[in-house]
Amino acid sequence: MFTIANLRKQFLEGVLTPKKLMEKTLADIKAKDKDINAFIDVYDEALLEAEKATKQLAEEGEKSAPLLGIPVAIKNNILIKGKRKAAASKMLENYKATYDATIISRLRAAGAIFVGSTNMDEFAMGSSTESSYFGITKNPLDNKRVPGGSSGGSAAAVAMGAVPVAIGTDTGGSIRQPASYCGLVGFKPTYGAVSRYGLMAMGSSLDQAGPLTNTVADAELIHNVMAGLDPMDNTSIAPDTYKEVSIKEKYTFGVPKKLLVDGIDPDVFNTFNRHLEVLEAMGHKIVEVDLPLFEKGLAAYYIVMPAEVSSNLARYDGIRYGLSVEADNLLDVYQKTRAEGFGREVKRRILLGTYVLSSGYYDAFYGKAELARSKMRQELNEVFNKVDAIITPTTPTPAFKIGEKSDPLAMYREDIFTVPVNLTGVPALSFPMGMVEREGVSLPVGVQYIAPHGGDNRLFAIGKKIYDERL
Amino acid sequence: MNKEDIKHLGQLSRIELSDEDADNFSKEISAIISYVEVVQDIIGNEDDKEPKVGARFNVFRDDVVINEPDSYTKDILAEMPKSQDRYLVVKKILQTESE
Repeated sequence: MFTIANLRKQFLEGVLTPKKLMEKTLADIKAKDKDINAFIDVYDEALLEAEKATKQLAEEGEKSAPLLGIPVAIKNNILIKGKRKAAASKMLENYKATYDATIISRLRAAGAIFVGSTNMDEFAMGSSTESSYFGITKNPLDNKRVPGGSSGGSAAAVAMGAVPVAIGTDTGGSIRQPASYCGLVGFKPTYGAVSRYGLMAMGSSLDQAGPLTNTVADAELIHNVMAGLDPMDNTSIAPDTYKEVSIKEKYTFGVPKKLLVDGIDPDVFNTFNRHLEVLEAMGHKIVEVDLPLFEKGLAAYYIVMPAEVSSNLARYDGIRYGLSVEADNLLDVYQKTRAEGFGREVKRRILLGTYVLSSGYYDAFYGKAELARSKMRQELNEVFNKVDAIITPTTPTPAFKIGEKSDPLAMYREDIFTVPVNLTGVPALSFPMGMVEREGVSLPVGVQYIAPHGGDNRLFAIGKKIYDERL
Repeated sequence: MNKEDIKHLGQLSRIELSDEDADNFSKEISAIISYVEVVQDIIGNEDDKEPKVGARFNVFRDDVVINEPDSYTKDILAEMPKSQDRYLVVKKILQTESE
């Protein structure tokens, strides 16, 4: 299997070098990506870095940095100094990052080599990678279908076998949902566990960066490299912020059965029930839990997120960087630049966010959505007194067809199980739970495990036992 | 939410909208708003008035310059749509009477 752990082993045994691996990675991308379009930019100088890594590995052996020579793909909204970072938008089509994101510095210090920048929904707004200014990304498992989104390019880059790991960002499910559609492991950390410095902000109270990988062990390794307090992000947290979440032999898992009635695909539902049977056979306990407010989660999300979007994207005004459309006066420069630079979904969310924050509507929408958030958090804390983790399918359906969801609300509903996690700030892990068949093609579907705040390590322990060990 | 409401939101958010844009957005945004209205059923009490999401404590860092002077200046200037020497060029905001 194409994992960091296996590559590291092969490097140390001398049967593979970072240089040989990188040659294969770049050749793979060249051969497969014309069709898939997972990458916006590919960095050819990665080969030079791989040569250096090969020498370093020969000298340092087991003492070398844990990711030395490992090729990693990075989403197009995470800054790497000197590289074009467009967030898949016309607005930033030619923008070169002027500094490194904290997670980039940390991955680099651990020896990782960045091979390219992956496609995404414009400014991370979408669930299909269809809204990119740089064209759609196809699902490598069935190229009539979407890879999910917004980190669809990152998921496709791993799923097509080019890289063992790609980094994504998750505001409402943008790592977990593409992981589910592409048969991968995807992890959304506890809010604050990973620095947001150098991530292009979408919903600042929701955004977290995380890995897409083939195994839970790889996701854990990458997360541990990226995580930690950062003075450059004042919402980042120390590891001891929350009370310790223990690792156990046998767990009690809560299933919010009432949530799994409407709009869930029958095949996904059956696969999920079979997964629950496997858990019981392994000696874990399954109990039903009630999370009545989670049903309102999607509604609260589509208030809070656009509100934060409308504020965060105000910075793209044609003055300091990015697209600038010439006009007679300053106001017209703003209005024309934003009209030309943003795509439809981005405009829709900015307008919606402006509405829910405007005087007269603020209390009825934004105020109520924030109230929903704090009530959801209370509700969740009570449930976590009784169970160790909550399980849901990651998405209500397998990957849908390109162009299938033209109605924005239909697209939003794909995130029904993932958004409550971001609204409440808890960590969640998605890994494949089985396959469903569509038109003769087997498509993977993911299961989502949600732990209490600070329970990131519990999720990795659960995932390694339930997924990695049974691969 | 009618076309004029959308155009007004466009002005507030500094996005020029054509009539066609405004038409489409008015339908879509109306549908989204009627969907998200369900949050209005949530009743809070006195205790809920303070938002509880996120850990709340002060975060400070030392107010020190951590980079060498000018280490970012050239790159940042290069990203500006219009610059002159070490300055960003912007449009005149105040107009004289003759203009």
